Amino acid sequence: MSFEVTVRRRFASGAEVEARFASGAGLTALFGPSGAGKTSVLAMIAGLLRPDAGRIVVSGETLFDGAAGIDVAPERRACGYVFQDARLFPHYRVRGNLLYGAKARGTGGALRLGEVTGFLGIAHLLDRWPRTLSGGEAQRVAIGRALLSGARFLLMDEPLASLDMARREEIMALIERVRDELGLPILYVSHDRAEVARLAGQVVEMG
Amino acid sequence: MEADPLWPVVALSLKVSLAGVAAMLPIAFALAWALARGRFPGKLLLDGVVHLPLVLPPVVTGWLLLIAFAPTGWLGRPLAALGATVLFRWTGAAIAAAVMALPLMVRAMRLSIEAVDERLEGAARTLGAGRMRVFATVTLPLALPGVLAGAVLGFARSIGEFGATITFVSNIPGETRTLPLAIYSALQTPGGDAQVVHLALIAVALSLGALIASEALSRRAGAGRGGHVL
Repeated sequence: MSFEVTVRRRFASGAEVEARFASGAGLTALFGPSGAGKTSVLAMIAGLLRPDAGRIVVSGETLFDGAAGIDVAPERRACGYVFQDARLFPHYRVRGNLLYGAKARGTGGALRLGEVTGFLGIAHLLDRWPRTLSGGEAQRVAIGRALLSGARFLLMDEPLASLDMARREEIMALIERVRDELGLPILYVSHDRAEVARLAGQVVEMG
Repeated sequence: MEADPLWPVVALSLKVSLAGVAAMLPIAFALAWALARGRFPGKLLLDGVVHLPLVLPPVVTGWLLLIAFAPTGWLGRPLAALGATVLFRWTGAAIAAAVMALPLMVRAMRLSIEAVDERLEGAARTLGAGRMRVFATVTLPLALPGVLAGAVLGFARSIGEFGATITFVSNIPGETRTLPLAIYSALQTPGGDAQVVHLALIAVALSLGALIASEALSRRAGAGRGGHVL
């Protein structure tokens, strides 16, 4: 099993998010309408949000277990989180963004900068500032940043949401390659049925 | 009464202000951090206390400092045990200047810390950076222009400090007679008009320069490198 997730969290607003699923290798889509708590589930798996109760196991490693008191710090979970808004560091160039994770972890992981920039087609962007990038370019850099951090699994939060149709097609093809060639388990949040049908081997419905 | 020589007064003012702001910088940053990010009971009270020097009559602030740093005061006693005192010394003037500058420094720094997108810090943590590393590589660099703007603003405020200083450490030529105190003395000296003009012009130039520098820095902080200014 790649992802084994059982989590529950109540927010100050009174809203409650609950999810329970297990998925195999490849790309699993977390599918549902806006507000169903899909992003909260990703944040809990990444360690950015603490569940009230539950258990999170990824590729056999327990990242959170409320009953056993296990809560691995986000920096030790080795997850590659691709945010909806790319969320690049504005004060680093593309190169600095890509290498941030490798520097923080002190290891480059299995992938090298040259391989990843070639794979994603961003070698020509290395010296640019994030604010000068188009939406599609920024999202590719964000995927590269996640891959280069030595991630053992990927969390993607509607990475196509802020892109136009042509860019969507481009990034979707790229995600297919990441899925097929790198063999990392991917949890992919979306509310677009066509997107999910094309990318996902398995679908978890929420909400 | 002789007119004070011009440049020693300016040099003393610069020394007092720079030392005061430099010593207060870490304290102001810690307070700004607590007010921007902290969640604790009494936060409103702390906010009020930090801003007190802004609204209290400066003579009261000076008097409170005098009580605290008197040889029997809660800060003066440990200093006296070390054989040190700040009363009627330039170091005391620096303390008075720093305390009066504190609210302005904290305000500017707090705004810049609040402007840092916490989601970027979350992204940094998922990339393998611990809390300290996130602070050093994301939070601090993004807040830095605002922190510097706060320091420069504090410096400008320190240069002009009068009431708390004269109350706390008196008006001693060469020791605590900073620019505003020298102007005050010159005003009370027959024939001191030329001296007043010179000192006042210097005060205007220093204050204006610091204000412009501070404004330029905070604009850069507001825009960030994500905005239009590099």
